[in-house]
Amino acid sequence: MATTAPIHAHAAPQGFIRKYIFSLDHKIIGIQYYFLALTSVFVGMFLSLLMRIHLIWPAANLPLIGEIKPETYLSLLTMHGTIMVFFVLTTAPQGGFGNYFLPIQIGAPDMAFPVLNMLSFWTTFLGFVVIIAAFFVSGGAPLHGWTGYTPLSALPSAGPGEQLGADLWVISIAIFCLASLMGALNFITTTLDLRAKGMTLMRMPLTVWSWFITAILGLLAFGVLLSAGILLLLDRNLGTSFYVPLVVVNGQIMGHKGGSPLLWQHLFWFFGHPEVYIAILPGMGVASQILSTFARKPIFGYKAMVYAIMAIGLLGFMVWGHHMFMSGMSPYSAFAFSLMTMSIGVPSAIKTFNWLGTLYKARIRFYTPMLFAIGFVSLFVSGGLSGPFLAQPVLDIPLHDTYFVVGHFHLIMGVAAIFGIFAATYYWFPKMFGRMMHEGMGKLHFWITLVGTYAIFMPMHYLGLAGHPRRYSQLTEVGYLHNLIPLQTFMTYAAFVTIAVQFVFLFNLFWSMFKGPKASDNPWESTTLEWTTATPPPHDNFGGHTPVVNHGPYEYSVPGAPRDFVMQTDPATTRAH
Amino acid sequence: MGLALLAVIWLITLASTYFFIAKTWWFPAGLSTAAAGIDHQFTVTFIAMGVVFVAAQLALGYLVWKYRDRGAASSPVEYSHGNIKLEVLWTTLTAILFVGLNLMGSPIWAAERFRPAKADALPVEVTGMQFAWYFRYPGADGKYGRTDPKLMDPSSGNEAAIGLDTADPAAKDDVVTGTMLIPENREVDLTLRAVDVIHSFFVPNMRFKQDAVPGLAIHMHFTPTQIGDYEIACAELCGLGHYKMHGMVKVVSQADFDKWLAEREAAKQ
Amino acid sequence: MSTLSPTITDFNTGQGGRGSRPPTSFGGGDDGQGSTGPNYGERLRRARLGLAVAITPIVMLFVSFTSAYIVRKGLPTLDETTGNYVRDWLSVNMPWTLLLVNTVILLFSSVTMELARRQITRQAALAPVRSIPGVSVGEERSFPWLNLTTVLGLTFLVGQWLAWKELENRGFYVATSTSSSFVYLLTGMHAIHLIGGIVALMYAAIISWLHRPVEARRIVVDVSAWYWHFMAILWIYIFALLGFAR
Repeated sequence: MATTAPIHAHAAPQGFIRKYIFSLDHKIIGIQYYFLALTSVFVGMFLSLLMRIHLIWPAANLPLIGEIKPETYLSLLTMHGTIMVFFVLTTAPQGGFGNYFLPIQIGAPDMAFPVLNMLSFWTTFLGFVVIIAAFFVSGGAPLHGWTGYTPLSALPSAGPGEQLGADLWVISIAIFCLASLMGALNFITTTLDLRAKGMTLMRMPLTVWSWFITAILGLLAFGVLLSAGILLLLDRNLGTSFYVPLVVVNGQIMGHKGGSPLLWQHLFWFFGHPEVYIAILPGMGVASQILSTFARKPIFGYKAMVYAIMAIGLLGFMVWGHHMFMSGMSPYSAFAFSLMTMSIGVPSAIKTFNWLGTLYKARIRFYTPMLFAIGFVSLFVSGGLSGPFLAQPVLDIPLHDTYFVVGHFHLIMGVAAIFGIFAATYYWFPKMFGRMMHEGMGKLHFWITLVGTYAIFMPMHYLGLAGHPRRYSQLTEVGYLHNLIPLQTFMTYAAFVTIAVQFVFLFNLFWSMFKGPKASDNPWESTTLEWTTATPPPHDNFGGHTPVVNHGPYEYSVPGAPRDFVMQTDPATTRAH
Repeated sequence: MGLALLAVIWLITLASTYFFIAKTWWFPAGLSTAAAGIDHQFTVTFIAMGVVFVAAQLALGYLVWKYRDRGAASSPVEYSHGNIKLEVLWTTLTAILFVGLNLMGSPIWAAERFRPAKADALPVEVTGMQFAWYFRYPGADGKYGRTDPKLMDPSSGNEAAIGLDTADPAAKDDVVTGTMLIPENREVDLTLRAVDVIHSFFVPNMRFKQDAVPGLAIHMHFTPTQIGDYEIACAELCGLGHYKMHGMVKVVSQADFDKWLAEREAAKQ
Repeated sequence: MSTLSPTITDFNTGQGGRGSRPPTSFGGGDDGQGSTGPNYGERLRRARLGLAVAITPIVMLFVSFTSAYIVRKGLPTLDETTGNYVRDWLSVNMPWTLLLVNTVILLFSSVTMELARRQITRQAALAPVRSIPGVSVGEERSFPWLNLTTVLGLTFLVGQWLAWKELENRGFYVATSTSSSFVYLLTGMHAIHLIGGIVALMYAAIISWLHRPVEARRIVVDVSAWYWHFMAILWIYIFALLGFAR
């Protein structure tokens, strides 16, 4: 289905508004997504800083914020989770880098539907505005956790923040669903229909594969989340009882009857589990790309990597019940979900073996992108291996809803996936902004973040084993938690240091945009299509001509080739696959 | 840089592993009949995953050091697109390991959850509400009396909190408490209820956890094996008081339990 | 760490120094536009692909609602007073005649929509001929199938609103029972999506009035038509679900 003809190219826009605000250029839109995610991550990080402070000093009176009440802590964690999962992990890797580089890496001048692309960004932005608004309305932000279990999230009287704040939370998520679906539409159509001549599916970079499969996951999952949100809005505002049985809150009988709280969990997690793969797959693609580039070696087992991405995507839809082992779901269903869940560890393991295989007998160059990619592998191993514990229902009995789970998903999503974003930033910054980021600052950022995040999140596993439940705003009431306070204190101090060094990254990012040394077209000597074009790329990506692809994406150190890398567009006579 | 990566990765790995092996922070004592099976399955998984964790991290650290670019001194890169045999091998081994672990743990899960409580188990109804646990014993008639949401008044505690309809004859001998007293070595047949939102009845020492869901009456069982006081912590976010929704399970001898229950029954007359 | 060697710019043979070739002429699969105009054939194909992808999440939405519906219907609920599970599904007294009339209207609108689609396909095929000076192909006035479809679509929506009013008359409001909630949910969500289709048809009418090129308008009408047929099939499905799983 590859085409030689460029799509109806829109002429380069004039004027600030068309060029930068309502741009139809996927590169500008990608940068817009990236900056939205950057803003979101600092907001989310700030919320977690407040959480960490409150856990250790519950009575502290903070400047400007005052004292953090228990319900405020819960609002902080709800918004932290929601903002991080949606507006960072589902926005930067896919909307940011995917938007910028998918078309270029397949040799296309833009996405299939540029207007829809522009709309998808602004819809995401609207979703962000709505969720931030939840902080400022009467009652404040909701306290029901990013998972929003009903009936807690369906009953305005069940807690502070559960009135308008909770409605805004649902509406924001619904808006985000629509924005994501629009984006997924574009990614899928573009990948299927706009590949340049010679760019067969099995010559696509693994980044493109990961964005493509992620988009398919999103296409299938976000509709279900939307349905869950619609039912929740109806329960909250029109008195329906999809989720709420007869309940009594504080002695008052609520007007609902016959609903099922588990329905929300099934719908939410049917979306929620693919969502976590949406969060990690692009990072895996980027890690593969960067490991191969800086090891000067083809990715080990390209085909296996592609099949592993597909397997993870497919199996990701069959495991949602592992979030519900303790929920009252049938124990027989639990057994089935558990078996599927253990199976999904297999493709993940394959990818890890292949990354190690890529490093074997390589010639590794330790630039900052590579450091973060190596860090990604380490963190993915650490975070992933706590999965097989939770995947077994018997072991989930003591570990469900404890800090063991919090440690597991933070190492994978909150660190490994973020390392994927950092790696991508340092790797593609030269192409996007025409300048190099500062290596020294980059290395400092890497080392402190690597050690710091391990120091924050590895101890969470110990807390979980000891029985420390999650979402506790204070550790003062339950007796057996007292011994765990020193460990929590250590984690808070580690958080201070780790958060501080992110400002070095922020400085590096913006300073380098204006003052960094100018970058050549291919500073990393990488092989994929974005490195064949100018830095930054021209409006139609390839300066008027369409690339023709003759090689696979990771042809490094090809025996007999003149250099240690063969670009995908190099003539076919160059010996390679 | 390669050496620094090796050193840091190895150090982090060994430090974290040390704390796991030293059990610095660990499970509390498992004092129910289910604990042995659960703890054993945990140990097997722990050793298997621990070995993989250490091996993978040490390998990563080693590889990035050994194959660092040393300029002219570096060995030539091995141009390879992979190795099908290896892929098949490690895929198979991983599958056997993961699926094997799962199948090992399944009989324990089945033993705990696929069967109903024994016929002579002690029935106790556990009700969770914002932010307290209540426990109801059905008394001599073995039947739980009628409850009515209209009669619920949490501020009055115990019987009123769960809305016990004192007019119902079956309710007359129901005993409602805020502390769960149960006899050692006897299975309890729990009926878990929730009044407002989802809570979760979690007793670490019993290796027991089950969500209490409004609109459901969930049957579950466990058997305590040692006398003592064990904390209950709510394990499902239920509102602003989630962190202080805790309680106590007191395991006593059968004789003490009978005495206590008789006293409570008498007090109701 | 040594600096990277500068990118070799003279290695690649071929024009432009980037190993690429100039674009070949527009070959195959188009409407014979030649190398000057936009490739409408390709754009149509891409738009249809986009629609197929877009329909997938809509299907997922209704699959989700269906599964909630079926499970809820079969689920006994807890009687809070006795602790026993009872079945409390209340069958909704549906205004079947009215809904059947609506269904016929919607199916008829699918027929008119298809006629509109074929009409503009013919017009688009004849466009290059028409552009030859002096050539006339007659048939300058044609039946407004597209606008008729829009009218029928609006009629359907009015009919649905009347059905809702009738449900209320019979005592079934949104929150009356879980079963009634699902009726309003399914019909309401379908109506919202149908409104989207009507907006697309109105857009097609506007660009016709603005005399946009017929080949471009054909793409809009074509994609809207397939979406419209999907809406009809979806409605049949909902109708059948509410009828058989009562």
